[in-house]
Amino acid sequence: MSAPAKLPRWAELSLLPLINLGVALVLAGVIIKILGESPLAAFKLMVTGALGTQEGIGYTLYYATNFIFTGLAVAVAYHAGLFNIGAEGQAYVGGLGTGLVCLYFGTWPFWVVLPLAVLAGAIFGAAWAFIPAWLQARRGSHIVITTIMFNFIAAALMTYLLVNVLIKPGQQSPETREFSANAVMPAAHELFAKIGITVVATPLNLAFGFALMAAAGVWIFIWRTRWGFALRVAGANSAAAVYAGISPPRIIVGAMLISGALAGGLGLNELMGSQHRILMDFPSGAGFVGIAVALMGRNHPVGIVVAAVLFGALYQGGSQLSFDMPKINRDMVVVIQGLVILLCGAMENIFRAPLTALFMRLSRAKEND
Amino acid sequence: MSKEPAAPPFTPPDAPPALELRGIDKRFGAVHANRAITFAVAAGSIHGLIGENGAGKSTLMNIVYGFHRADAGEIRVRGRAVEIGSPQEAIAAGIGMVHQHFMLVENFTVLENVVLGVEGGALLSGGLAAARAELGRLARDYGLEVPVDAVVSELSVGLQQRVEILKALYRGAEVLILDEPTAVLTPHEADQLFTMLRSLRAQGKAVILVTHKLREIMAVTDRVTVMKQGAVAAEVITCETSPRGLAEHMVGRGVLLQVEKRPSQPGAELLTVKALEVRDRLGVARLKNVSFSLRAGEIVGIAGVAGNGQSELLEALAGTRSASGGEISFGGRDLVREQIDPRARRALGLAHVPEDRLRMGVVAGFSAADNAMLGYHDAVRFNRGGLRDEAAIRAACAEKMAEFDVRPSQPELRLAAFSGGNQQKLVLAREIYADPNVLLIGQPTRGVDIGAIEFIHKRLIALRDAGKALLLVSVELDEILALADRIFVMNGGEIIGELARADATEEKIGLMMAGVRVEVSP
Repeated sequence: MSAPAKLPRWAELSLLPLINLGVALVLAGVIIKILGESPLAAFKLMVTGALGTQEGIGYTLYYATNFIFTGLAVAVAYHAGLFNIGAEGQAYVGGLGTGLVCLYFGTWPFWVVLPLAVLAGAIFGAAWAFIPAWLQARRGSHIVITTIMFNFIAAALMTYLLVNVLIKPGQQSPETREFSANAVMPAAHELFAKIGITVVATPLNLAFGFALMAAAGVWIFIWRTRWGFALRVAGANSAAAVYAGISPPRIIVGAMLISGALAGGLGLNELMGSQHRILMDFPSGAGFVGIAVALMGRNHPVGIVVAAVLFGALYQGGSQLSFDMPKINRDMVVVIQGLVILLCGAMENIFRAPLTALFMRLSRAKEND
Repeated sequence: MSKEPAAPPFTPPDAPPALELRGIDKRFGAVHANRAITFAVAAGSIHGLIGENGAGKSTLMNIVYGFHRADAGEIRVRGRAVEIGSPQEAIAAGIGMVHQHFMLVENFTVLENVVLGVEGGALLSGGLAAARAELGRLARDYGLEVPVDAVVSELSVGLQQRVEILKALYRGAEVLILDEPTAVLTPHEADQLFTMLRSLRAQGKAVILVTHKLREIMAVTDRVTVMKQGAVAAEVITCETSPRGLAEHMVGRGVLLQVEKRPSQPGAELLTVKALEVRDRLGVARLKNVSFSLRAGEIVGIAGVAGNGQSELLEALAGTRSASGGEISFGGRDLVREQIDPRARRALGLAHVPEDRLRMGVVAGFSAADNAMLGYHDAVRFNRGGLRDEAAIRAACAEKMAEFDVRPSQPELRLAAFSGGNQQKLVLAREIYADPNVLLIGQPTRGVDIGAIEFIHKRLIALRDAGKALLLVSVELDEILALADRIFVMNGGEIIGELARADATEEKIGLMMAGVRVEVSP
């Protein structure tokens, strides 16, 4: 009986990610030190910048909203055994759907525009995910490759549309006219003002609520419905799925439609909530950060929300850092974020074996006592 | 590499044993896999190592072969204590192992496989020439003839196994470990293997035969070590014991090796197969012109060497593999023409316990409760208002666990944490609870311990007596002989003969498995 040793659940879910994060920060500290700044001061600046002020918290949660949507998108596909690298493109095209509703139906009452915008974002995002999904299900084209390529196609398509079709007449920069006031997501400070609380104005908006609702919905879907069960069976063991009468090709298409629809939620935050127009490259990498968020959050909605807030804080703290420390420029902040993604995402297992060994030694010592 | 002449056939009684284990102890986390194992294998003897699945046999052999390191204890080879930290060190100490799943490069020749890893230089030609000469000597000394220039994938399974044995001998093995060597062989090939092992014994080699088949132990070994729950339960001289005695040592109580059952009373035809044909992705026919029918109240056994179409037949009937021709009539429908999927077949009353449980029958990472309803997850009883009814799912699993004595009785536990026998009992419970008219069942007791085998066999007989039809595919001939009322033998994708149980003998079936058409009355 060679049952592989396992970490206790709490260590799996919290200790391991924290160690990864810690190591990433130590490495970042070394780089900051080499650049001639104090790592401690830099981290203090990042933490206070991200979480120390109302403004910082607002921005952190605003960034986190994007990452929750894309993280959930990656996670749903993951549970079906699919690695969706295309959340970036799906968010981009999904945002187009939301933006078109806001541009052309934006004068209708907000409570009519909102559901239409949500729906259009989901449908456009799902449609963009459908093509790679269909190719995988029917033709066996590997979804990792096709979704990566569809990011480029999405970028080209959006550039064409923004430069040639949707551009505001009489202007140089490739972006649309501004949405009308009815097609704007209420900002958090406006909502707080209604109940008599004054907070600093930030881009944080109602889309954050939608992101949390999406997280709850994903949890119910994956773990509490038979469709989610079928999806997980197909992802865990496709032979068993066939045996159980579940069609893996259908699951592939279904899971990717949901995944694309979730990625499409990004437009609610970025376009309706913050930019109020469609502009070039508005997802700005959130689709890729979503992969790291999903990995770090163990593909569980709660974990994803926590990881998304962490990455939001990293973004906000990072921009604060490049603002206040002249030797650390914007690119340096990207390096720090990259280290966190590397350690928490790509190499999340490097400390698993030593940690497991440590726990085994501890539990054995306890037994021998 | 040992170039000295073969050891004399009879070792003097005071010579140190070829391999001696002293107090081997190994833990994996909470699992105490080996507890103070001590035994010795003399040169020029065949030593059996027997025990249920999970008794610790494989762990022990993996320690001897250097895959694992023991927590405590000592391995002595010819009286000298050795440290074995890797298979390379095991080979250097003169220990060779033939794994159940062969470690051969299929598109290399026999010769290339034999020298793999011991080429002895940058250029291959020297090593190949030396190996060719050495293989010639081994063929003469041990009667181990192989076509040295044939590509391995073109050899029969029996010959591939012989190549594995030659690989070990070429590397100078004095102690040869064989892990479940007969699992993939026909009875005839198994006999050839035993002849080979006897000639190795005569040349002074020590052979360790790891198996769970009592018959083989009785046929070929000199001494037997019985393992139970990680410890040595008994060590006996083979000719002084009996299969029953060994079985008692393995499970700690008497076991019925023969199932008690009444003669079958076959009723109406429930399922009829006509000219069924299955082709694989390359268009090769894996199942040719298979026709038969299953009647209520009988168990039909399918015997055959693994890979002769039994799996394809089972899967085509269950719907997990599509048939390319023929018809399957069941419940008034033609399952082939109407392309009815596995879920719909289940709804019609056709249940399936797949051959390879872990690959197809369960999702190892999911809870027992989830697995106990896999395939029935759309049923009304497991859903309430669009959501899964978690309480009902758990309760249904607990009920199955209680009736089928699945231990531990914890629906929330991951399936992978259960032993093979308990997993199989849960799968069986799932399919039997659906109250099918026809149950297709593949390898019902593969990887299942003896206590559970008895239980599973009784349940299958009870199902038959309740007027259901069972189609049983098993590589264990004993199991088919114990359970089946009629026996089909498959070879090369065809049913090449049918035997009534009363006419079936091991010899007849063995010949038919090897492809010989025996004239029998249907």
